Formats: sequence, structure tokens, C-alpha cells
Amino acid sequence: MRESSARRATVLAVSSLSLASCSGVQSALDPAGEEAVQVAALFWVMTIGGLLIWSLVVVLSLYASRWKGRPTSETSAGKLIFWGGVVFPVAVLTALLSYALWLMPSLRPFAGGEQASLRVEVVGHQFWWRVVYHLPDRTAVVSANEIRLPVGQRVEFELTSADMIHSFWIPVLGGKMDLIPGRTNRVSLSATKVGTYRGQCAEFCGTSHARMAFPAVVMKQADFDAWLDSRSRVSVGLAMNPDGRALFKRAGCGDCHGVDARETTSGKGPDLSHVGSRLTIGAGFLPNEIDALARFIAHPGSVKPGALMPASTDLSADEIDQIATWLKGLQ
Amino acid sequence: MSDAPTLTPEKRAEEEQLRAVWANPSGWRYWTSVNNSQVGLWYGSTAFAFMLFAGLLALLVRAQLAVPENDLISAELYNQAYTLHGTVMMFLFAVPIFEAVAIFLLPPMLGARDMPFPRLGAFGFWSFLIGGVFVCGSIFFGAAPNSGWFMYPPLATSEQAGIGADIWLLGLSFIEVASLAAAVELIVGIMKCRAPGMRVNLMPLFAWYLLIVAGMIVFAFPPLIAGDLLFEMQRMFDWPFFDPERGGDPLLWQHLFWIFGHPEVYIIFLPAIALLAMIIPTFSGRPIIGYSWIVLAAVGTGFLSFGLWVHHMFATGLPQISLAFFSAASEAVAIPTAVQIFVFIATMLAGRVIFSTPMLFAMGGIAIFVMGGLTGVMVALAPFDWQAHDTYFIVAHLHYVLIGGMLFPVFAGLYYYYPLIDGRHMSDKVGRFAFWMMFCGFNITFFPMHLAGLRGMPRRVYTYPADIGWDWFNLISTMGAVVLGIGMFAVVVDVTLHRRRQPKGEVNPWKAGTLEWISEPEENWGVRSIPHIESRYPLWDHASLAREVKAGEWYLADASEGRRETLVTSVLDAEPEQVLRVSGTSYMTIVSAVTLGTVFVALTFKWWIVSLLSGLAFIAAVLYWLWTGTGEIPEKDEKDIGRGIRLPLYSSGVKSAGWWAMFITMTGDGTACASLVFGYFFFWTIHEDFTGGLTGPGVLWPMMALALFVLAWAATVVAREVNRRGGKTAARMLLGLGGVLSAAGCAAALAGPWTTGMYPTAHVYPAIVWILVIWAAVHGALGIIMQLYCLARSYAGRLTPRYDMELHNVVLYWHFMLVTALITFSVVGLFPEAI
Repeated sequence: MRESSARRATVLAVSSLSLASCSGVQSALDPAGEEAVQVAALFWVMTIGGLLIWSLVVVLSLYASRWKGRPTSETSAGKLIFWGGVVFPVAVLTALLSYALWLMPSLRPFAGGEQASLRVEVVGHQFWWRVVYHLPDRTAVVSANEIRLPVGQRVEFELTSADMIHSFWIPVLGGKMDLIPGRTNRVSLSATKVGTYRGQCAEFCGTSHARMAFPAVVMKQADFDAWLDSRSRVSVGLAMNPDGRALFKRAGCGDCHGVDARETTSGKGPDLSHVGSRLTIGAGFLPNEIDALARFIAHPGSVKPGALMPASTDLSADEIDQIATWLKGLQ
Repeated sequence: MSDAPTLTPEKRAEEEQLRAVWANPSGWRYWTSVNNSQVGLWYGSTAFAFMLFAGLLALLVRAQLAVPENDLISAELYNQAYTLHGTVMMFLFAVPIFEAVAIFLLPPMLGARDMPFPRLGAFGFWSFLIGGVFVCGSIFFGAAPNSGWFMYPPLATSEQAGIGADIWLLGLSFIEVASLAAAVELIVGIMKCRAPGMRVNLMPLFAWYLLIVAGMIVFAFPPLIAGDLLFEMQRMFDWPFFDPERGGDPLLWQHLFWIFGHPEVYIIFLPAIALLAMIIPTFSGRPIIGYSWIVLAAVGTGFLSFGLWVHHMFATGLPQISLAFFSAASEAVAIPTAVQIFVFIATMLAGRVIFSTPMLFAMGGIAIFVMGGLTGVMVALAPFDWQAHDTYFIVAHLHYVLIGGMLFPVFAGLYYYYPLIDGRHMSDKVGRFAFWMMFCGFNITFFPMHLAGLRGMPRRVYTYPADIGWDWFNLISTMGAVVLGIGMFAVVVDVTLHRRRQPKGEVNPWKAGTLEWISEPEENWGVRSIPHIESRYPLWDHASLAREVKAGEWYLADASEGRRETLVTSVLDAEPEQVLRVSGTSYMTIVSAVTLGTVFVALTFKWWIVSLLSGLAFIAAVLYWLWTGTGEIPEKDEKDIGRGIRLPLYSSGVKSAGWWAMFITMTGDGTACASLVFGYFFFWTIHEDFTGGLTGPGVLWPMMALALFVLAWAATVVAREVNRRGGKTAARMLLGLGGVLSAAGCAAALAGPWTTGMYPTAHVYPAIVWILVIWAAVHGALGIIMQLYCLARSYAGRLTPRYDMELHNVVLYWHFMLVTALITFSVVGLFPEAI
């Protein structure tokens, strides 16, 4: 029967998923955070239950329309409406809803105050992320297009937007939350596994919405502290390759991009203080290499349509390379 | 045909006359037809064409996503294509196709000659066509909307959205007006134009469902129209409704949009279930089991659907308590849905099922829809939705719901009802081939999307990186889409080429039991004579009914006065009340649609003068249409409809169809007004001081406006009473006075924010106050036009103490106007004082 072959294809698709799932840097089904673990469990329970119910309904329909011998009596058919259409869904849904409502408060606790060891401010821009780490000692470390957090700690994210609505989502850690102009949303995440994952903007925010992602790195506490410490200081690369630095200034790049690890600078464009050591450039989609940097500087719009950064038409390819090299040195 | 009755010469002459009265014009004038079967067919074919167009856009989208980092089309074109795909499918196919089917099927199903307002139906169609072509055409100029079909500000209010956003807002507002017109017509048709004896509990389920859906349209579309108004005011004149810098909030749009958008899903889904509720009993060879269950379930679904909208906003940071409430409400809607599915299963269980092509589509649709319903139960839980929201899991879910719950049933309906169009049958062989291609293609396309979504793929991305595990899912989806497309193409070929070679066959090949199967496709009169109905499946329970009806033995068999007539019956028990003379062929419907369309198109391009002039032309066209086509005083009081029943030819007030149309229209209008008031209080709740420290319109002017409108209302009400008692002159004076009072009321309304210097661009508070008073003033101005219209009718002798339908309707309008004025001016005038 053709129908069973369709079902076999479905089974194949499902099993190929489990084979491929080792590459799930952005998969809600390979959780590495408290919320994501719980929701993935919820998903599997609901999926198995749902498939059972679906098979039941389909088999029942096929029985009613094709396989049964004689028509059933009206009374028992009427009873089926009551038991199958009312009692059964009421029972199942009540159980499911109770479970989910019981789950909800613990999934997203208000992490303000004591619970949050770290507050991370994320500002959505077309099409990049400004990231500011606020430490308990009231100092702040500015970065962009990359999120790092210590394993086993509840981190609070404070989400706002500078232009459109964006949505902050690291599937392996937990669900998403929108960044809405004029509002401040909060979400707290607690990672359970060290690793490098990927997050992405989940609310359509303009032409290059697809190009608005970021690496999310979960580190051991000590590594994270060391990383944060190095990021709070100016990069040694700043002083190297003075030609590149001069060109960067002359071309006006500094009007939008900060390079001196100060929270107060920048705003319009991503902070570049330690851009050389980031895992990616261009908000999670180009490798962090000199060539890629140069490509981006030359024609941002060609790699990221609709990007607000202007093309560098008055710079030669050589000059662009020099800037790129200098930037790569900002480790 | 073999069962054609032998007719006496008198009956034959009667039949000839009836045929002549209902005949469509020929040549180019054919397009001025207003008959429900023509308008229904045009409407349906147009909606189908838009569906194919949107399907091609979907294939374009799938082609782009077939492989990672594809550069087949640009990001900009991709964004326009997916936005237009969603917009067209929802607004130009899913809703209109049911208006089309309803306009085509309801009269024969209810035993009516036509819909009560044929010209309104034709006007709706022409508006739909013009608006649809305008919206679809935009992509060929690279100017299509590009912000997603729900158009969230600030993206859609920004410069980046370009003219596409205006095309979306204005083009669709125009189409929404057409949808509302259709809803009004459907409600009045179902409530007042059923065959005698067809009490509400004998109504075909299709009619029940359409009544519920049309009612939902009346409450669901106005919030969107109100939202469109605010949105366009921001885009055109910079009124800051959604701009947080000046007190606005982008979330207001999301609320207004989804208060419309969620019921919209059920507005699409319920009529499809209605088709299944007609098809399944026929092929089970027995009446439906659980008629009351399914009707209650449909009503319940309709009600609940208005309380679910926030589940589209689970990730916007609303308080968890409201998330919990809306999670629960969203789960609850699964219960009436389950009841409906089990009613079908029970009916099949208790019957002997013939597994025809329509049944194949019906069962395939149910299998797909149940899967979509179950994923719906999953995403209704806020914690799971935080992961699934805005990913391909949702894309999969919504296509399972809409294609299983709507497209497959529509195809089932197409195969089932095709013989009613011209007596020909669709090909069974092609149908089965198409079904399996569509069913397999659909699942291959959309099942992998569940997995892609959970593996992190957001929706609305024009491309994706190669190495994060989405490649295979996308490639499989694209291949599935091609298979699905082949299936659809087979049906198109069947409809356009194949069936033309088919001989005409039996009109009721399925031996169905409901009244629509009596109709004769080659005739325009709907039913030859209107029978008395005593059961839910009259053709099964009353074997000779078809013969009697076709022989003209039942009611209203003649058109001896040369007029198109149908019966009006009472709302609950369908007691005959009146012979309604419905309007015939007219080009005014096209003129009205074109002028109104020009208003919207001109506004898009900011051609103010053109838009103003066509606005005036539209008002003139509508007035001419009403003047010549409605409220005609009949040449005699009563007409004999046969079998010893004499019915009046004229009625006014609550018994007339026009009064109900006004009532329903104004209910929708009131809902739009309520949505604007909702906006006012929304701003109040989100701000400490929602006035932004600015002065309000004061108390004096709003109260003055209120007083003047109350007096204008009183003058109109008294005018009706005085006129009824024969006081023509006094009534005319009162109408004139009413007009003057309402003009003064409009002026006072605008004077409030004007004299206190409220600048609508400065802050959202003055903007929302201005919108409310402008809304009231525009309604006051419409009230004046109506008062003057009655005055003119009175002078022309077309409105008399005995024949005063217009005046009743205008008084009803003013009742609503009174409520609008009370609410508006208390809110803008008194509320700021009270806090």
C-alpha cells in the first residue's frame, strides 16, 4: 500500500535525525541548559503521546470507513463522540496542562538579585548584537556578536532593541525571548554542559534577518573569569600595525566601532575591541579570517544585504587588507 | 432528463417567464450579472487563481532554500515572496474561497432563489478582484510587502518596508471591507432566507458553520481594520501609535493583529469542516450522528477562538500569569475540535461508507489536520512554545493545520460539488492520482520541517549555513514541494482541460440528501419553486420532493410581475414572512468597487486629490445604487405564493432584511470603535502617565459634542415616530434639524483637541484622542448623509408613512451612533479627569 510506504519514509526521516543529531550546535533536541533539558523531555513525552493519539484516530477512521463489516448502532457511535471527543481530550489536556503550568515558574525564575551571578545586557540591532557583561562589582565589559557564559551558573539576560523587534534564542540552552524597542525583557539561562553552540535571531527583523546569529560559548568558571578579565582590558594588538590603525581612523570606522574596551564608546556598530579572537565575524556567519574581514569591510551589503555599514569605496584593496590585518590582531 | 416532469402549458409559460426574469445579460454585459451562481463562480475561480499564484511563490521560496547559501534569488525578493505567499494564501484564498462557496451554495441549499443582497455580493467580488490584483501585482515591480504577513512594527512602519507596507495595509483593508460585506450578506441570508419550515435545528450543517464563521468575521476583522487605520496614520502622517520614543508601543499592533489573526484561523478552518459535514453523511449513506454535538462544538470553537490570541505572543515577555491563562484557553479549544472529528468517525461507523474521491480527500485532510492539531496542543504550552515559536516547527504546524484543515477539504468539496456547476463530473482517475501526489508531497515537504525547526532553524530566513544540520531536511522539503505541486497541477488540468470533454452527467451522482442537489445547473433561478422543509435530509425523507419542486408545485413558482423574488422567513422557525424583491443586474456594483478601489490605490501613492475625488464618486455611486435599487414601494401590498399563502411585498424595521444588514454592519463597526478604545486604555495601562504631561481635549467640548449627538439621535427617532403617524412635514423638519445638530456635533467633537492645541505627531496621547474624535465625527457625517437621504426620499415620495424602511434603518444606525458618541466622549472627556 502506498500509505504504508509514506509511513516508512517518515520512520526513515526520524531515524536519520537521530544519526545526524551529533552536529546539533543549534538544536533544542541536544540540550545543554536547564530549561532546554526540561523542554526537550516535555517534547519527547508529547511527541510519543501525540503519535499514539494520531495513530489511534487514523486507525479508527480507517476502521470506520473501510475495515468494519457491519454498521455500528447509533447509540454506540454516539457514545464514541462523548468518550472520544470529550472525556478523552479533557483528561489528557488537563494532565498535560497541569504538568506544564507546574513546570513554568521553575523554568524561568526571576534571576534578579542573588540568583544571578552575572547580568548580560543584549541590545538587538539590524543585524548584530551588542553584548555588555555587567559584573557584581558594577564594572562592565563590552562585546558584540558572541555570548559567553560560565557553566552551572544562572545568568540573567537583559534584552532591549535599538531598532526593530528581534528575538534572542540559544536553542541548546533554552527558549527565546523577544527584544522589543521601548521595553526591557529578561530571561535567565543556566548552562549545564561546556561547549560551543549557536544562537540566532528568531523574529524577522529585516533584509538580513537570516544573517543575525552568534556563537554561544559555555565555559568552565575559571576559563570564563580569565576570559572576562582579558576582555576588560585593551587588546595588545591595538598598538601593533600602526598603519592599519591609522587607516581605521582615517576611514571613519571609529565613529561607529569602539576598539578600546570601554563600554561608553560605540553604539552604532559592533564593538571591535577584541574582534580578532572572536569565533566568527559578521554576527555568526563568516569565519574570523583576514580575507573574510576584508571582504566584509569592502562591501558589507554584498555579504549581508541591507547592512547599515557603508561600502568602503574610497579605500584600496591594499588599505582594506591592512585594516583587516590590524583588526585580526585585536586578540 | 428522465425524471423531467410533464408540464401543462400554463406551467411552461410560468417557467419561461421565471427563466427570463432571472436570465443573465449576454455579451460584455454578462459581467454586470449579480446572480449568486455567477458571482460565486467568479469569486471561487479568482480565489483559486490567487492560490496558484501564491503556490508558485512557495515553490520559489522552496527552491531558494533547497541548498544552503543558495543565491538563486536575492534576500529582498525572498522576503517579498514569503510575505506575499502568506498574505495571499490567508487573505486572497483561504477566506474568500469560502465566501465564494457560500455564495454559490447557500441559496440552493437553503431553498432561496438568491442571496438577499445580490448586488452587495457582486460588489464584494469586484472589490476582491481589484484589491487582490493590486496586492499580487506589486511583486512584479519589486514593491511587494516584505515584512512578513503579520507586518510587525517597527519594521513595517519603517522606511525599509517601503511602499509594500502601504500596499499591504490599504489593499487588504479594501479586501477586508469586501469580506465584511460578504459576512453581512451570509448572515442575513442564513437567518432570513431559508425555505419555510427549515427551523434552525433542521438547517444543513454547512449553513450553521457559515453562520458562525460570518459572525466571527464581524467581530474579528474590525480590530484589524482599526489596527490598519492606526498603522497607516503612522506611516502617512507620523502619528506615533507604535513608536516607543513618543509613548507608542509596537505590541499594540500585535494584540490587534492577533485578536483578528487567531479567529482568522478558525474562520478558515470551520467552513472546511462544514464541507466535510456535508460530504461524510452522503458517503456514509446516513444522516450525521450528533447534529447538536457538532453545532455546539462549532459555536464553542468560535467563542474560544477569540480568547487565544496571546499564544502568538508567548515570547514577547508578557507576565507568566497571562501566559498560563492563554495556554489553558489554547488547550481548551482542542476539545470542541475533537468533538467534531469524532462526530465524523461516529457517522462513518454507523453508516456504509463509499470511499469516493471526495472521501479520499476528506480522510487525507483529517489525517493531516489531526497531526497539526496535536502539534498545536504542543505549541499551546508556553514552555514548549518558547523553543518552537518562530521556527520551522511552527511553519510545519500551521501548514498541517491549514492544508489538512482547509486545502484538502476544499479539494474534497471541489470533487463533490463540481456537478452543481454545469452537470459535468471531475475525473475520478485524475482525482485519485492528484490526491496521492498531494498527500505524499505534502508530508514529504512539511514533516521534515518539524525537525528542522527543533534543530534550530528559524522561519523567514532567506538562507542558512551548511554545517549545522539543516541541509537534508531542506532538500527533502523542496523535493516534496515539487511532488505536491504536480498533484495540484493535475487538478488544474482536470478542471480546465479534461472535464470540458466530459459529457454532462447526473446532477446528483452521489445520491446526497440535502436541498442543494435539487438545483439545475443550467438554470439561474436557484430553485424552480421553494419547498416546505420538514427534515435535515429532505431528498432522502421525501422521495417526490425533487419532482415537485422542479414541476413548480411549491411556493413562489412564478415571477408574474417580472421581478426577481425570494422568500423571507422568520429567524428561528422559518415561518414565511415576506416576498423579498431582490435587486437584479446592475453596473453600479462595478462602478462602486472601482471608485472605492481607486480611493485605496490613490492613497497608497499619496495622490490626495485623486483619492478625494474617487471617494466622492464612490459615495455618489452608492447613493445612486441605493436610491434606484432599494426600498422600492411595491405596486401591490401582497403576493400569493401558492398553496393559499399570501405574503406582504414590503416590510420595514426588524422584519426586513435591510434592518438586519444594518444591524450586523454596525456591530462590526462598533467592534472597530471598541478596538480603538482598547488602544486608548492599552496606552493608559503601559504608562505611568499616559498623557505624557500633555493637555487633553478638556471636558467642555467633548460633553457639548455628546449633547449635540444625543439631540440629533432624538430628532431622528422622533422623526420616525412622527412620520409613522402621518406627520410628513414634521418628520422632514425633524430630519433637517437632526442633520444640523449632527453637523454641530461633528464640529464640537473636533473642537476639543483642536482648541487645546493637541498635536497628534507629538505623542501618542493626542494621537489616540484625535483618532477617536475623528472616528466619531466621520460617523456623525455619515449620519448626516443618511438623514438627508431620508429627507430626499420623503420629498420624492419614495418614503411615506406606510413605506418607511429607510427611516427604520437610519434610526438603527443612530442607535449605534449614540453608543459610539457616549463611549468616545466619556473616554476622551471624562476619563482623564477621573484618574
